[in-house]
Parts: sequence; structure tokens; C-alpha cells
Amino acid sequence: MTPTIAIQQTEWTLPDRGRVGVICLIATEFALFTIFVVAYVFYIGKSLTGPSPSQVLELPVWPTICLLSSSVTVGIAARALKGNQLRKFKMWTAVTILLGLEFLRQTALEWRHLIADWHLTITTNLFGTTFYSLVGLHAGHVVLGLTLLLLTLGLGLRGSMRGQGRRFELLAWYWHFVDAVWVVVFTVVYVIGR
Amino acid sequence: MATTTYADGLEKTEALPVPSKLHEWIVTVDHKRLGIMYIATSLFFFAVAGVLAALMRAQLAFPNGKVLPPEVFNRLFTVHGTTMVFLVGMPFFAGLANYLVPLMIGARDMAFPRLNAFGYWMFLFGGILLYFSYVAGEGLAGHGTAPDVGWFAYAPLTERAFSRGTSTDYWILSIVISGIGSTASAINVIATIMSMRCKGMTLARMPLFVWLMLVVSAMVVMALPPLTAAQMMLLLDRYLGAHFFDTQAGGSAVLWQHFFWLFGHPEVYILMLPGFACASEIIPVFSRKPIFGRAAMIGATVAIGLLAVGVWAHHMFAVGLSSSSNIFFVASTMLVGVPTGIKIFNWLGTMYGGKLRFDTPMLFCVAFLFQFLIAGLTGVMMAAAPFDWQLTDSYFVVAHFHYVLLGGLLFTLFGAIYYWFPKATGRMLNETLGKWHFWLLVVGFHMTFDTLHFAGILGMPRRIYTYAAGRGWEGLNLLASIGVIFQAVAVACLIWNIIRSLRQGAPAGNDPWDAWTLEWATTSPPPEYNFAVEPRVRSSRPLWDLKHPEDPDWKYE
Repeated sequence: MTPTIAIQQTEWTLPDRGRVGVICLIATEFALFTIFVVAYVFYIGKSLTGPSPSQVLELPVWPTICLLSSSVTVGIAARALKGNQLRKFKMWTAVTILLGLEFLRQTALEWRHLIADWHLTITTNLFGTTFYSLVGLHAGHVVLGLTLLLLTLGLGLRGSMRGQGRRFELLAWYWHFVDAVWVVVFTVVYVIGR
Repeated sequence: MATTTYADGLEKTEALPVPSKLHEWIVTVDHKRLGIMYIATSLFFFAVAGVLAALMRAQLAFPNGKVLPPEVFNRLFTVHGTTMVFLVGMPFFAGLANYLVPLMIGARDMAFPRLNAFGYWMFLFGGILLYFSYVAGEGLAGHGTAPDVGWFAYAPLTERAFSRGTSTDYWILSIVISGIGSTASAINVIATIMSMRCKGMTLARMPLFVWLMLVVSAMVVMALPPLTAAQMMLLLDRYLGAHFFDTQAGGSAVLWQHFFWLFGHPEVYILMLPGFACASEIIPVFSRKPIFGRAAMIGATVAIGLLAVGVWAHHMFAVGLSSSSNIFFVASTMLVGVPTGIKIFNWLGTMYGGKLRFDTPMLFCVAFLFQFLIAGLTGVMMAAAPFDWQLTDSYFVVAHFHYVLLGGLLFTLFGAIYYWFPKATGRMLNETLGKWHFWLLVVGFHMTFDTLHFAGILGMPRRIYTYAAGRGWEGLNLLASIGVIFQAVAVACLIWNIIRSLRQGAPAGNDPWDAWTLEWATTSPPPEYNFAVEPRVRSSRPLWDLKHPEDPDWKYE
């Protein structure tokens, strides 16, 4: 019997499965955040009692600078790992982690200010409900991203990150996504909602 | 060299002791085993949910029924609905996709085997959590209660003030957890389809089953988060005192409905499209013709997927939305009829002029066509807002969606079992028992759900636990309850058939139905690595090409 299914001469390339998986993960997370953002926008100005966002919120410029620049540093780290410059990779990953930690510290300070000085908690009014859940959901994602970054830094210090450039790139994508969500949160909560 | 995709020639002869066998199943990451585990677990939950339904029908068979107290009845319909949607419909087809997608695209496993196992165990423990509430709803020491808030759990009924105890929390957590499992499995299916196809398996040549599963998985990825988000908000309300759905603090009960149905309506298509996927594989093979209008089928599927996210508020006509939004959702809902109609015509076009073989899988698909058509027609009726106002929350709605999910989905699900069982086990299911199963189910199904339409038109509200005599509902309800007996016997036929065939079914061989997709190219059951040599594909019916080298499809595609 002659070969009935002939070998195709053209090259057969398919997208990387890790990339497809992470894109899907980001898509589903995007949908999750969308619902929380919709709830936030829906409840703007509907609180029955104070305090209101215009009274208590301040534009978080410094944390935003930290988080957005961490997107740049994680990009540098990813590129360094691909080029096998491990020292550079470790350094920039560490910088990314520090920037992320600073962002979280600023969030914590803001929350302490709101809770201690304004007595605004999640139970106070609809603003508190939607504010803490949306910003908290985002902060939770920052924590998850930081955990993964710390893990890779640890592996890097142990010397087991060589040749893992493709995987680290996926983590960098996730980190970019978390930053992009912050841009939306910033706009909705601190610009439109105020 | 030519028939490289056939037979691996290896056989496992070692018989393992039972604990090791069990251990093998628990730690497995093989897509076929996980697929079978998904399907077996969902069939178990199906039997449980069936028992719950039978109990409810027993209570409603006669006016002033005394079989169940009202609070138990409320728990039954809640757990029945939740089980059927989240623990039967979704996982059954997740299992089928797990089993078949890699085989159909010529891959050796899913893209992420461990994620696959993770998805299954999340689903299983989510399901266990739901039923555990029967024991632990009020804490282990007190009396247990299951959730009783209905499967769409409208706020503020679910708030702490109205749903005390922990039963509602079990409901929330079980759905969130099984939802994480479904999302994991959907991401895995997408990555598998995008990245694991064998040489020559272009998107254009992919079997329709795989195409539809791709669309379904994309819908799961995008449509489950609204539910998860709403459940998170509800948990925040219940445990941290937030006010998302707390109407006394300015929260909105309607917002829950929007979020729920933004998930809930796509969910209907997430359940239904896999049924279409099975019908699209079975009908051509048993008509001996390639599918009619393949490209139109794919287009219609994608169209349904896109329309699905723009129709949710047709579940909310009775809420009192503005009339402009009512009109929008009437129009968008009626639009869904167009791609669905295209599909029905294409299946008919496939059968038209074909050499029809009425084996059990085909019987189920033919019944599906009839019943789904009626379900679609009552759907178009309900899509008209004034008609919906008249019949909303009546048994007409119950009959409509059971026509969709039983008459449509369950029939294709059973067809799929008869069609692919030989591949998964190497043995045929018995045809005689299969026909008994089919005819008993058809009779029982129509006795139950045709009559319930009329009960609904006569004004019988859904979710009532009993009714007084003299309203003209008695005969219809009795008939509906008798129908359940037929359906139960039908399912017993299936279970007996499966048990019997596993022991003494006729050997199936590689390709018992003379089919055309790649899963039939390997042995039954397939070896762990699926294909000894990676298949190469040149048309949408690779096995036809293999069997008919003198007249292969690729010459014409």
C-alpha cells in the first residue's frame, strides 16, 4: 500500500501552549475584574451615608509610579534571562519585587488612614464596600504576583533559572496584566469616582 | 509505512492488585482516564439528581401531597438544579472533551496534564461540598440543612438576614470551587486545541466536535467570572458585612440578577453546544455523508457564542427594566434563533439523501432534533416580553428549559455514550437494551414535560411544594409523575447495559461505526500514548482518506 497520508512539506508551527494558557488565564481574570469595576461604577454616589470618595481619597501618585515602573523592570529582567545574563536578571527581579512591596506598603498606609482617621470600613457604606473589594482584589493579585516573583528570585539565587526565559516571560505577562488593571482601578476609583 | 496511525501492538498483561489500581487512578494525569473519571462522576451525580427529581414529582403527583415537608422540597429543587448544571452538564462534557479532543486532533495528551487532574479534583470536591451541606449545614452537632435558595439564588434572599446558618455558604463555595475546576479545564482545552494539533490538522480541517469545544471553552473562560465575582461579593456581604446586595444600605438586588444571568445565559449555551458537538459527529457518520454546510456550522457556533453574552436580561423581563432594554433583549434573544436554525437545517441537510443507519446513537440524535426544535420554539415564545410576563415563574418555564436540557442535551449525551463507549472500553453497548433505553426515555420524557407546558399555561407556578385540588392541574401532574417512572426505568436500562457490556459486551474493534475522525484510527481503548506514530492529516475526514485512497477527500477540499 502506498502512503495515503503524504507528509506535508510546509513547516508546521503552532503557538506555544504556555502562552495560550496564560492569555486565557488573563482573559478570565480580566472578566472577573470587569464585574468588580462594573459594581464600583454602578454604586458611585449611591451610598446612603458618608464618608464619600471626594472627602477621603487622595490621588496615589507615588504607588502608581512604583507599580508602573515595576512593569519596566520586570521586562528588563525577562530580557536579561533570555540573554542568559543571570546577574542582571536577579538584580532587576529584586528591583521589581521591591517596587511591588512599596506599592503594597502604600496601599496599607492608605487603608490605615481610611480606617483609623475616617472610620471607613467595608461595612460603613456602599463606597467602602466597593472600594475595599475592588482595590483589595487588585492588591490580592499583586500579592500573588509578588509570591511568584519571590519564588523565581529564590530559584535564581539557587541557580536553577538558567534557560527558563520562556516561563519567566509568562510571569512577566501576568505582572503586566496586574499593572494594567491598576491603570483601570486608578482611573475608575481615583479619577472618575472622585 | 502508510497506516502508521493504526495499532500499537503492545498489550498490558500484568494484573495489578486493587489498591495499586486505585492508586493509579488517583494519581493519573492521563487525559483518557481523567475523561472517564469526569464522565463517571457526572453520571453518579446525574443519578443522585434524578432521585431528587423523582422525590419532587412524587410529592406533586397528587394535590395536597404529604410525601415531603415544604422546607425539604425547597432544598430538593435547589440541589437538583445546582447539581444538574454544575455537577452533571458541565463535567460530563468536560470529560468528553478531555477524552476526545486530544484523540481527534492527533495529540498524545492535553496541553497541561497536571492542570487537567487539578480541574477534576476541584470539581469532585466542589460536588462533595454541596452534598456535605446535608450533614453539616448547621454545624455537625445541629441538624443539617442543604441550601434552599433556588439555583439562581436571588439576593437579598441569600443575605445573612434571610438565609441563616451555613447552607447558603456551602452552595456558594461548592460552585466557586467547581467553577475554578471548570475554568482550569476550559483553559486546558483551548491550549490543547491551539497548540497540540498534529501535522496538517489546520483549524479548517478540525472536526466539528473540536471546534464547538473550542467555542464552549472560550465561553467558560469569559462567562464564569461574573458568577465567581458575584459569589465573592455575596460572601463579603455574608461574612464581612459588605452591602453589595443589601437593599437596606442602598445595595441592589437587581445587580445580583444581572451578574447571575450574565453568567447564567451563556451557561445555557455552554451546556447546549457540547450537545450540538456530539450531534455534529454522530449524524454524519450514521447518514454516511459528510456534514452539510461545515463552514456555516462553525460560523453559527461562533455566532451563538457571541450572541450569548448579549441576551441575559431576557431572564429578567418581570423585574421591571426600562422598556427600551426589554426591547433590546427581546430582539437579541430572537436573533439567537437564526444561527440555531442554521444548525438544525444543516443536520437535516446532512441526513437528507443519506444512507441512514438507525443505531442507538443516531436514534438519540434524531429525537434530539425534534425535541430541541420544540424547545427552541417555546424559547422564541418566551423571548417575547409580554408572553414572558404572562408565563414567567410558571411550569411553562420549567417545561421549556427541561425540553432544552433533557430533550436536547441529555439525549445527545446518551447518544454520545452509545457512540464513544466502544472507543473508551473496547466493547459495544447492547443494541436491544439501548433501544429499550431510548424508547422508554422518549415516552417518559414526553409524558412528563409535554404535560407540564399545559400545567404552566393553566397557571401552575414553579417551585410550589403542593397545590389544592380543583384547579385542573391534577391529571397533568399525575401524568408527569408517571412519566418519571418510565425515565427511571430507561436510565436503569443504561446502567445495566454499561455494567453488562463492560463484562461481556461484543468486542468493538478500532472503528465499529466506520467513522472518519482520528479517534477511531487507534485501538479501543487507546494506548496511553494514543498514537504510536503522530498522524498526518490532509482533509477534514482523515480516516476516509485512509480507507479510500482511490478517492480521498483532500482532492476536493
